[in-house]
Parts: sequence; structure tokens; C-alpha cells
Amino acid sequence: MGVAAHPVAPGESRGVAGSLVELAASPEFATGPDWLVALRRAGLDRFAEVGIPTSKNEEWRFTPVGPIGTVDWKAAGESEVVRPEDIAPYLFGHRDWPLLVIVDGVVDKSLSSLQLMPGGATFGSLAGAIAAGRPEVEAHLGRHASPDITPFGALNAALIADGAFLHVPADVVLTTPVQVLHVVTRGAHDAVVAPRVLAVLERGARASIIESFVTLADTRYFTNTCSESVLGANAWLEHVRVQREGSKAWHIGLSRVDQDRDSHYRSFTLNMGGKLARHDLHTRLNAPNIETLLYGLYLTKGEQLVDNHTTIFHDQPNCNSWEVYKGVLAEKSRAVFNGKVLVQPEAQKTDAKQTNRNLLLSDDAKVNTKPQLEIFADDVKCTHGATIGKLDEHQRYYMATRGIGGKTAQALLIWAFAAEVLMEVSVAPVREALEGVVRRQLDALIA
Amino acid sequence: MGSSVEELVNREYKYGFVTDIEQDTAPPGLSEETVRFISAKKNEPEWLLDWRLKAYRRWLEMDEPTWPNVSYPKIDFQAISYFSAPRNIKPLASLDEVDPKLLETYAKLGIPLNEQKMLSGVAVDAIFDSVSVGTTFKATLAKSGVIFCSFGEAVQEHPELVKQYLGSVVPASDNYYAALNSAVFSDGSFVYIPKGVRCPMELSTYFRINAANTGQFERTLIVADEGASVSYLEGCTAPKRDENQLHAAVVELIALDNSSIKYSTVQNWYAGDENGVGGIYNFVTKRGKAMRAAKISWTQVETGSAITWKYPSVILQGDDSVGEFYSVAVVNGMQQADTGTKMIHLGRNSRSTVVSKGISAGRGQNSYRGLVKIMPKAAGARNYTQCDSMLIGNRCGAHTFPYIDVQNMSSDVEHEASTSKIGEDQIFYCKQRGLNTENAISVIVNGFCKEVFRELPMEFAIEAQKLLGVSLEGSVG
Repeated sequence: MGVAAHPVAPGESRGVAGSLVELAASPEFATGPDWLVALRRAGLDRFAEVGIPTSKNEEWRFTPVGPIGTVDWKAAGESEVVRPEDIAPYLFGHRDWPLLVIVDGVVDKSLSSLQLMPGGATFGSLAGAIAAGRPEVEAHLGRHASPDITPFGALNAALIADGAFLHVPADVVLTTPVQVLHVVTRGAHDAVVAPRVLAVLERGARASIIESFVTLADTRYFTNTCSESVLGANAWLEHVRVQREGSKAWHIGLSRVDQDRDSHYRSFTLNMGGKLARHDLHTRLNAPNIETLLYGLYLTKGEQLVDNHTTIFHDQPNCNSWEVYKGVLAEKSRAVFNGKVLVQPEAQKTDAKQTNRNLLLSDDAKVNTKPQLEIFADDVKCTHGATIGKLDEHQRYYMATRGIGGKTAQALLIWAFAAEVLMEVSVAPVREALEGVVRRQLDALIA
Repeated sequence: MGSSVEELVNREYKYGFVTDIEQDTAPPGLSEETVRFISAKKNEPEWLLDWRLKAYRRWLEMDEPTWPNVSYPKIDFQAISYFSAPRNIKPLASLDEVDPKLLETYAKLGIPLNEQKMLSGVAVDAIFDSVSVGTTFKATLAKSGVIFCSFGEAVQEHPELVKQYLGSVVPASDNYYAALNSAVFSDGSFVYIPKGVRCPMELSTYFRINAANTGQFERTLIVADEGASVSYLEGCTAPKRDENQLHAAVVELIALDNSSIKYSTVQNWYAGDENGVGGIYNFVTKRGKAMRAAKISWTQVETGSAITWKYPSVILQGDDSVGEFYSVAVVNGMQQADTGTKMIHLGRNSRSTVVSKGISAGRGQNSYRGLVKIMPKAAGARNYTQCDSMLIGNRCGAHTFPYIDVQNMSSDVEHEASTSKIGEDQIFYCKQRGLNTENAISVIVNGFCKEVFRELPMEFAIEAQKLLGVSLEGSVG
């Protein structure tokens, strides 16, 4: 079938990544504590070794990232001044929610509102936490999303400078979500922005993170982000990730989640920006009785490409995973979905369900989907389903018989299609705000 | 119509496997000389030799595929004898010399005595058998103008048809093993159904007695002309006493406008022992091309072989064409299977259905790998895929790798897959009614596979069910 199902051997997929390697080799990344310098070094070595993946690499088969290697990337220059009113449209919820604003990859304290967190929790700049010598950072940073997982994860490790850090001590419940807003300004023209996010929830802790990627300048830049979430026993974490980058932006992100027993993780990702956006979401179920829920929505138009790769590692028994990703594609846009569920021999009584559904609004839109199950345990219930198609004629007919026709019916049905996953965002103010965002984007797609 | 009894008898002699064997065996090794040797032995025309040589040169430039989810030691292509090696088995004098294990299996499958002899390589009274079977069915076929003969015969007698269609669906450069087959194929079947003819009987390789031992590199070509229809059965339902390592066949189906081809396979090659020693590597390329309103249906029951690597596919070239794939793949012991289908939709309103049932037991690894591709021009295309896996025991594995690629908005593609365990409660229920565990599993597994079995021709379906029972023997401890 001409399919390379095996990862390409190092060196084989080597692309032109010279400017990126040079950037990561600059002296500023050789400063800081030894463990951090070593981590960056490992990232750089790994990235220099594997380079930018080509379509021969199975994981990147439908996502052409080769052009990234042809740009002479540099470090972000002087950021434009960002005023509170510039970012106001991109914020969710209430003013009193803790907010961390990261401008061109560096935390902007004046825009952020970092009040004292309850119960000894910490939320703030990653650079600050490193400088303060927080033991949780050393213990976890780069241990979950280790540089050898993906090529761009390695690059992010090589470029670690700043980002967000959340630590919730045992049995502490954060009643309000924390918000991380990544803003890119004209200062990041032709630059790599590489924020890193680390969230550590101790036993029985509970938190919600709302992370957004936005731009104030429609210029060419490369967001290469990586987040690590660590859930202790019985911890509860919701991660909402909204990607609204500019139309010339490259966005590549890796999210890695490690869960301990009885923990609950839920993720909602909305992808609607960028020229090319790729998100790898890996959740590792390290102990029994874990629940993980992954929801995704992608709305694309123009010549956008959105790629979602998810992997759920069922390593232990009695865990449940539930995954629904949905997409609406207009014009010449493309979507790639690859959902892997790996069930190890020990992971008996696994219950895994995965769904990917795509709605095409144009004959020029394309979808490549690959729901993949690899199962080594027998007493399991695993299913996956994928559909690609147009709006159901029967549904349209039903609407027509009720006097709702044409565009109105179409808009209603598409909204219903998208809303199914949107409803899973558990923080009500965020869900309501996202409804508006999604509705506006859908209107643009239908028009 | 002109084929008299004598001619047939003589032909059987000409191609008989006793006298010609010794001198026809090529020494192990593969080179252009081997290709020329095979071609010369088969008295082939120049164009076919050139075609083989081209394929051989192409093969030299290709790399052995590593993407399937299977593992095996590297094959030494120079250690294989490429001509008549499989015929080199000395005929046994009587059934007494056959491995009693094999005979036991035959008895379980209810295979008639003469058939048992053939399968286990005992010299059958070939003249009697072939004449009686041969003449009756050849006469019936000839009456309706159906051509059904060995590939070698077709090259001699219908070169224009062979030349027109050979390699038109699976080009020699298609993949590593197809290229190898194109260079060294020994024999196989050729079928041509003329315009508007419904083939009066189900064709099978077994009936074409001279091809009972076609060997490792067989080549099958089936052409259904406009409005024709045919059902073709391949394979044997009992383990062959054949320990050859590599089996690389190519099957090409061409269904012209409004025609239909149904191709059923029951594959039970030697699977190797419990430790994975020996057994056949079944690396097969099967593909059909369906023109306007034509239909191609693949049904396969894969229970044998140490490694199965095959993707019977359909190119839905014409508008309103239909492709189907029904598969049961069973792995037990150390068996590995990486199988599935490709449905390539090019024609408008083309439709395809994929139903795959994978059963893993013992330490077997079973992968479904499929591709559904809807090209931009295939407006209104429709695909439905269902692939279910069943695991028996916790040392086996079931994997699915479905690729779905849709390039227009008016098409609908649905894919569903599930993996589950054989139900304890179901087994309990059966045992309660007096079935032992083994029979209970057999009943449950047959129910699981019912959607595929009902696509098989009647007598095949019954044998397939029994075969499944035999394959899963000892899978429950």
C-alpha cells in the first residue's frame, strides 16, 4: 500500500532545519541551572539528529511541514506594546480569574493578573519558577514530554525560556479556572515562539486551565509549543485549548498528559487558526481506574490545514477513555486526524471509544483520517468510528417540512454538529464564550 | 467445443506432474537467466519474456517492504528455486504414508477420499478423475464460450487476451512481491467470460486439476466482458502438505461495463508449528478494476499461513461501480496477519462495502489495514466499513490501521470498528446447553463471522465453518 508504518530511521527524514538548529544553539540557552541546560542540549541534539520530518515519516504523511525548513527563522525581536484592550476580546470568563499573558513567548507581568492563589497553589511564569528553584519544575519539566517523542517537541525543549507554570498542592481545589493567553505581535515576524507549559496537580487536586493562542499581527511566525500535565492520584484537570493563530502562522503543539490512579482528565481543543496547525495530544494512563476524555473541534477554510494526532496509552487495567473529534471544512482546507489507542496486555477491562466525524462544505476540501487501535489485552471493549460526508439529506428534508429551508437549515444543522463537542466544556462562562466564537466562525465558513 | 476427450487426456499428460518434474526443476537462485529459463520452459512468446525481464529489473531496484505489522527473518531470494520446486514432492504410494495428523484434520473437515489423496500428494488415478470431471465441466463451459484454462495454456491459445489484460490492474512495478511474481510466475488460472454470458457454473482451481500444484508464484487473470458474470473459488479447505516458505501470488480481475465478478478464497496454507517454526509466508497482491456499473466482490477466509499479507482491492473506475470485501482472518499459535482492503473510488456514485472480522488466539497478531480513497471526481460515492476483532486469550493482539481519504463533499464514508473478548456469558450459556467449551467457542465464533460466511458459496461456507473450528483448536486452555 506504499505506506511507511514505521517511524523513519533517524537521518532519513532530515530536512533543512539549519536556522532552527542555529537558533537553539545560541548562548542564551546555555544559561540557567545545569538540569535545564542538559534538557535543552538533549532537545537540540535530538532535533539536529532527526530534523524536520518529511512525508515519508508515517506520523507526518499528510502534513507537509517541509516549508518550515526553508524559512530563515530568528529569535523574536522587540514586541509591540500590547494594551489591555488589545487582548480583551480574547479573554474568557471573569476579570478576577487568574490570568497569565505571554507576549511573543515571554510573560508580560503588567498584562497578567496573578493574585495570591488559594491553598498554596502557584500559577505564574515558568521562567520565574525556574529562577526560584521550584523542585516541581526540575522534577517534571521534560520528564513527560521528553525530547525524543516528536521532532518539534525536541525543538521546543531546546528553546525552553519561558511559559506557564501551575502547581496545585494535594487536595487543593481551584474554584476558578486559570487562563493562559499566548499573544503574538509584529515583533515575532519570521520568529519562532516556543512557550512551554507545565501543570502539576498533586493528589486530589483540582483545576481548569484555559489556554489560548492568538495573534495581534497577521504576519508569518512559528508557534512551537509544548505542554506537560501531571495528574496525581484522584486529581481532576480540565484543559481547554483554543487555537486562533493568524492566517500566515505555523502552529505545532505537543501536549503530554500523565495520569495516576483514579484521576480524571478532560481536554477540549478548538482549532480554527493558522496556515498549518498540528496538535499532538498524548495521554498516558499509568495506573488503574483512570478516566480520560478528549474532545476536539476544528473549523477550517481557505487553504488551512489542521492536523490532530492523539494517542491514548492504556497501560493499566480498568481505565476508560472517551474521544470525540469533529471537523467542519470549507473551501480548499484540509484536515488530518490520527487517533491511536494502545492497549497493553495488563490493561484488562479497558473501555475505549473513539469517534471522528467530518463535515465537508466544499468539493475542494479534503480529509485524511486514520483511527487506529492496537490491542494486546483480551478483556476489553474498544471501538472507533469515523465518518466523512455532507449534511444528512433526511435532516434537511425534516427541516424543510417544518418550513426551515436553505441556509437557515444548513446553519442550524452545522451548529448542532459542532455543538455536540462544545457542550463538553464544563466551565459554563468559557463554554458560552466559545459558543459565540464557534458560531461566528461557522458563519464565515458557510458564507 | 472442439475439445474431445482424447485431446484433454493428452493435455493432462503433457502437463502431468510425474514425468516432467525432475528435468524442469531450476536450481535455486534468481537472475535474468532464471527468468529466461522459466519463460523458455513454458515456450512463451518474446513479448512475455520482455515483460518478465522488465519486471525483474524493476524488482532489483525495489526495497522489501517493512511497513506491515509483521516480523520475520529476512528472506533469502537466492535460496529459492523458482521453477517447479513445489512439484518436486514425490507422490506417495497410498494414504498410509501421509501424516496421520493431516488425515485426522481431513476427516474433521469431511473431505472425500479422492480429494484427500490429491491434497496430501498421493498419486491419484488422474486420468479417470480428470476425464470425468474435466470433460463434463469443460463441455458445459465451452458451450457458453467461457475460457477457463491454465495461465500457460492461455498464453499459447489466447495471447491477444493475455497481452491486453496482463498487468493492467497490477502493474509489474506495483510492489515488491508483485514485481517478483511478474518476473518468475510459474502458472495460474485464466478466465474469460464473453459478453453477456452468465458463467453456467462456479469455477474453482480445484476443478482445474492440472493446476492443483501451481506453486509459489501463481498468476490469476479473470476478465468478465460487458454484462458477463462469474463466481470463482480459490484455494483448498485443508492444510496442504507444502512447506515452502514464500508464496507470492498476483490476482487481477477486470470487470467491464455491467459485469460482475465474485472471488472467494479459503486459505489454509501450513501455518507453522506452535513455536512459529516453518509455515508459509503468504504475500499476495489481489486487485480488481470495475468499470461502469460493474461489481467486484472479494470474500476471503484466511486461517492458514505463518504470515498473511494481502489486501484484495477494488479500483472503482466506472460510474455506479460496486466493490465489496468480506473477510474473516484467524490467527492462532504464532501466526501473524496484516490484511485488509483498498477501495479506490474514481467513478461517480460508486459504492463499496467492507466487512472484516479478525479473530486472534494463542500468540497470534492480527492487523486490519485498509484504505478508502474517494477521489475528487467520485461525486456521490459511498463507503461503509465495519471491522470487528475478537480476542481469545491475553497473549494475542488485534490492531486496526484504517486510512480514510475523502476529497469531495458529496460522498459519505462511514467506518466502524470494535474489539472485544469472546463473552464468558455466551460460553456459559452454551455449556449449560451441553456443548463443551471448544464447541461453544466454535458456535460463537461462527456467529461472529456470519456476515462474511453468508457471502460464500454454499459448500464453501460449510467447510469454512468447520475449518474455523479446526483452526481455533486448543486456543482455550
